[in-house]
Amino acid sequence: MRTQKALLQTGLATALLAALPASAETYFEVSGKVAGELRAFTEDAQFAGQNQDTNLSFLVEPEFFWEWNDGDDSLTFTPYLRVDENDPERTHGDIRELSWLHVGEDWELRAGIRKVFWGVTEFQHLVDVINQTDAVDDFDGEDKLGQPMINLSLVRDWGIVDLFVLPGFRERTFPGREGRLRGGVVVNTDAAEYESGDEEKHIDTAIRWSHTLGDFDIGAYWFHGTNRDPELVVRNQGGQTVLVPRYVQMDQIGFDLQATLDSWLWKVETLWRDTTKEDYFAAQAGFEYTFYGIRESSADLGVLLEYGWDERGEDATSNVQNDLFFGGRITLNDEASTELLAGMSHDLDYDSLSVVVEASRRFGDNWKASLDGRFFSADDNRDLASAFDRDDHLQLSIERYF
Amino acid sequence: MNLLTNPLNTFLITALVAVPFTAQAETAEEKGMAISVESKQRDLGWQDMQAQMNMVLRNKQGQESVREIRMKSLEIEDDGDKSLSVFDKPRDVKGTAFLSFSHPVGADDQWLYLPALKRVKRIASRNKSGPFMGSEFAYEDLSSFEVEKYTYKYLRDEACDGGTCFVVEQYPVDKNSGYTRRVVWVDQSEYRVWKIDFFDRKNSPLKTLTYHDYQEYLGKHWRPDLMKMVNHQTGKSTDLSWNSYQFKTGLSDKDFNKNSLKRAR
Repeated sequence: MRTQKALLQTGLATALLAALPASAETYFEVSGKVAGELRAFTEDAQFAGQNQDTNLSFLVEPEFFWEWNDGDDSLTFTPYLRVDENDPERTHGDIRELSWLHVGEDWELRAGIRKVFWGVTEFQHLVDVINQTDAVDDFDGEDKLGQPMINLSLVRDWGIVDLFVLPGFRERTFPGREGRLRGGVVVNTDAAEYESGDEEKHIDTAIRWSHTLGDFDIGAYWFHGTNRDPELVVRNQGGQTVLVPRYVQMDQIGFDLQATLDSWLWKVETLWRDTTKEDYFAAQAGFEYTFYGIRESSADLGVLLEYGWDERGEDATSNVQNDLFFGGRITLNDEASTELLAGMSHDLDYDSLSVVVEASRRFGDNWKASLDGRFFSADDNRDLASAFDRDDHLQLSIERYF
Repeated sequence: MNLLTNPLNTFLITALVAVPFTAQAETAEEKGMAISVESKQRDLGWQDMQAQMNMVLRNKQGQESVREIRMKSLEIEDDGDKSLSVFDKPRDVKGTAFLSFSHPVGADDQWLYLPALKRVKRIASRNKSGPFMGSEFAYEDLSSFEVEKYTYKYLRDEACDGGTCFVVEQYPVDKNSGYTRRVVWVDQSEYRVWKIDFFDRKNSPLKTLTYHDYQEYLGKHWRPDLMKMVNHQTGKSTDLSWNSYQFKTGLSDKDFNKNSLKRAR
């Protein structure tokens, strides 16, 4: 919550409030969701402190939306709160979005706390760099923290150019001592270190070009600023060994491409990252092929194969360095939007395996339920995934939308 | 879209409409096509359109579920329409938006915006026969009508809700279509579609679509308030009602790109 105070102090929020509409023509809408989530772990925990076999968690994420000037101006406010039974670090709040959008003739200005997604692949979002991962929310890296930004977007015949100024850095969240799905040593998020003297006040910048050329969707960007992925460094605090996140400065060039050819989606993401310590390439590439109307039914079956590579090999600080991913997705296309998803990742260096199975459907018009199973097998201690080896679990989520 | 600038249609219109004596030699295939060309021709010039789409899905037991979608379309010369749809209901997909650049021949360009992830995803468009949002409407039933998408055969004249109708058989050109043929009833005074019988890939009767309560907009564009689709094989049905039609609201290309998709909501 401290971080959020800092965010508000950036003055962006003040600017937003000043931009609030006074006109009678304002459209206002509230929507959002509340959810309950139960996890049941199948094995005893690996590390001290993780005294949970089951875990209950609740979250609420409303969205307030104002629109005026015939839709040329709008304001979106999306607060987020999760309450966790066991892990105080997982009990956390965030402002996912508090932003003002102005639409011009061939440009848009977006200012405030927002979320931006870049990329095309499914198993790893390698080039997605603007927002920090909310790693305590879930371990899959899909959840992101709101990022303060000013983003000017220009629409041209030759593509869309997005210019970003990013004041205010968000630190990654990590599970606490009581949390499962964490590393062996707890990360002390209160003692984060920075390479830059400006620390979390360093102003990052980015420029991205994206375009569609026939069957190809292309994007390329340059990012200059604080690396969202921290190094975890060992520090001695009061006689105790702890891990502390250290955020270095980086320049990153990213490229993403999808070719959409009949039932095939071919995808490539690649980045080059340059820090004081090292520079390296990494890539994620693969395909998705869909069989439509399988066995004379309305159901579709999608088959996905991706490979992730990191030039640093086994020295990589990322979890993906020489990994193969395989997945299947069945969508029944029924009234309840029933979906079954299975994904498997295999680390070819460490021979570890993780399997995720997700089943979801809607009940009535406003409820949705999903049952997920996540299973890990990683015995090599040098493998970052080995910390999850005994964290196999089933997760039932019930969501109510309003 | 603009048939007059399309060489094939220019030829056809010239051959079938402008030069009456050739009509004597007109085959059932030519007459079937001429009816579709005329139908399309009469509706040209709508420029842009906005409307609200409400669907009520009913299963055999009579259980209902609701879909609410807002839609914008743009008429494009020499090509298929551009359209942007935003889902309001069911709630779990609220804010999901769909951008489509349709083409008379070949694959359409389609993107999906997923609001929870803020992600724009280019999707494969060959899934024409799949159900739209779990309804009895397939994607191909909702895409814009283009003359080039079918070959034709005129069958007969017959009384229908719109007076006297031409009954024309249409054969999809696209191999990914879920139909072997559609039998279409088009009235002879305004060239509006009143009924379509759909036949599946095995040529068995599959669905019937009926059009109700036509309204005339801007003195020439006829749109139904209600479309009812019944599936004869499953007993399920979907009622699609249209509200708040607006034409020529000044939409342009800039309302149909990835930026407008992301803020469609």
